Amino acid sequence: MTIKQLSVFLENKTGRINEVTRILGKHGINMHAFSMAETTDFGILRLIVSEVEKAVEILREENFAVMLTEVICIKCNNTAGALSAILEQLSQQDIFIEYMYAFADGEQANVVIRPNDIDRCVKTLTACHCDIRQGF
Amino acid sequence: MIWNPNKECMSREDMRALQGKRLQKLVTYVYHNVPFYRNKMQEMDIAPEDIVTIDDIVKLPFTTKQDLRDNYPYGLQAAPASEIVRVHASSGTTGNPTIVGYTRKDLAVWSEVMARALTAYGVTRDDTFSVSYGYGLFTGGLGAHYGVENLGATVIPTSTGNTEKHIRLIRDLKISGIACTPSYALYLAETLEKMGLKKEDIGLRIGAFGAEPWTENMRKEIEERLGLKGYNLYGLSEIMGPGVSYECSEQSGSHINEDHFYPEIINPDTLEQLPYGEQGELVFTTLTKEGMPLLRYRTKDLCTLMDGKCECGRTSVRMGRIVGRSDDMLIIRGINVFPSQVESVILEMPEFEPQYMLIVDREKNLDTLQVQVEVRRDFFSDDIGRMLNMKKRLADRLKSVLSIGVDVRLMEPNSIERSQGKGKHVIDKRILK
Repeated sequence: MTIKQLSVFLENKTGRINEVTRILGKHGINMHAFSMAETTDFGILRLIVSEVEKAVEILREENFAVMLTEVICIKCNNTAGALSAILEQLSQQDIFIEYMYAFADGEQANVVIRPNDIDRCVKTLTACHCDIRQGF
Repeated sequence: MIWNPNKECMSREDMRALQGKRLQKLVTYVYHNVPFYRNKMQEMDIAPEDIVTIDDIVKLPFTTKQDLRDNYPYGLQAAPASEIVRVHASSGTTGNPTIVGYTRKDLAVWSEVMARALTAYGVTRDDTFSVSYGYGLFTGGLGAHYGVENLGATVIPTSTGNTEKHIRLIRDLKISGIACTPSYALYLAETLEKMGLKKEDIGLRIGAFGAEPWTENMRKEIEERLGLKGYNLYGLSEIMGPGVSYECSEQSGSHINEDHFYPEIINPDTLEQLPYGEQGELVFTTLTKEGMPLLRYRTKDLCTLMDGKCECGRTSVRMGRIVGRSDDMLIIRGINVFPSQVESVILEMPEFEPQYMLIVDREKNLDTLQVQVEVRRDFFSDDIGRMLNMKKRLADRLKSVLSIGVDVRLMEPNSIERSQGKGKHVIDKRILK
């Protein structure tokens, strides 16, 4: 029920994100979603990609510090209040969200969630018939 | 004005005779009271009787910072603990600071040499003098403080920090002299301007600047912006503290208090003594010290020595500006920093690769130190809190070892340039012209 997200450690330096996307593109790996968390001197690029194990391997070869993190990706309607209804369920169960990011496309929106307790989060989402994606 | 013309204007022959007599006494004293020196002298097959004139000093062993570290804390102390009335310490490279104990007589000598310096700058009993070196283990604050008191001027122990309040005191108490680092003097000038005040609003006329390398350009800038005349004040805690040498009105080198601190210039590679005028490493022997006397202490400071009578009337040997170091020590905000200190902290923490770069810069006239370090791949975390915590732990550890705040930058693995052979670990962007 979870998806493996790829996290890449990046210095705040011009061209570093492009370096990652260039390497992934060269090896035919597609990016479905990503987000960038930043501090004053470094950032963490979080990606959902088509072939995650291969991505790890090639980025490590290029000396990047990378790791895999389990996240949950859900589909919800791209309408007002749809996400709120889901998050309401999670907060009622006292599930804390460390970070999340989302992208909407037409009728649908995809939401990537990194909760503090992944098993309980999956359970809660399943109980309320939320559409959890198995992959892209 | 000259504080002690008997000593400061002594004929060369008399001075050399005095130095010879004092050296002889010193060598006998350390031979009988410091096992470290006795062992060294026995290894070299020298006895105290072999030292007759000051020229015999070349027979004596050198002392290095490493010797002080190896004998931490009191191994080189010659006086019994009951005679020690104060202890100062300078930052150490791998945790052990250098401990220097002073007897009552040592403090009297220190106040004497500081009073000579202040008098050479033109300070008199009518002056009100602010000491803005840090008070504490560092010798700057208390060393200058007792000198001002000895001279009879009014001392304002402002120490460092709260610069606006300091400027108000300078204005309201009519402070006419100040002792601080040259970079703090520039910061003071900046704060003054920020407060909307002009140099005419305050009455500073004398600045005693030291504890870090500075340049003629900095002198001009400080003098211009604070409306005072700036003088060099040199010293090091191992030998005494501030007051080892000082500039006079001629500002042609700094007069060494050579009746107490005997200077030599050596070739740092061959360790041979060099003649006056040649550049090399400055070495001091503490001719009169009781607490922790040192024979031929290698300062690692590179400069030249000049003899000949000065226009001011003093006959003492003068040292030129410090032009560099014979080791890789950095002086940042007056604190000694060795790259090896940073390295040892980084090696203790498995989160980081043993690759680092120190970037030294000067922002708003204050030195800054940035430490760039590579995060080891296995320790990279998707959790930003953990990454920031890792960074904070390194910064805290560095601060406790170096005694100065450090800006840590986490870098990608393999991003710091690897050099062939001797690693280049420092980029000093401070412009010292």
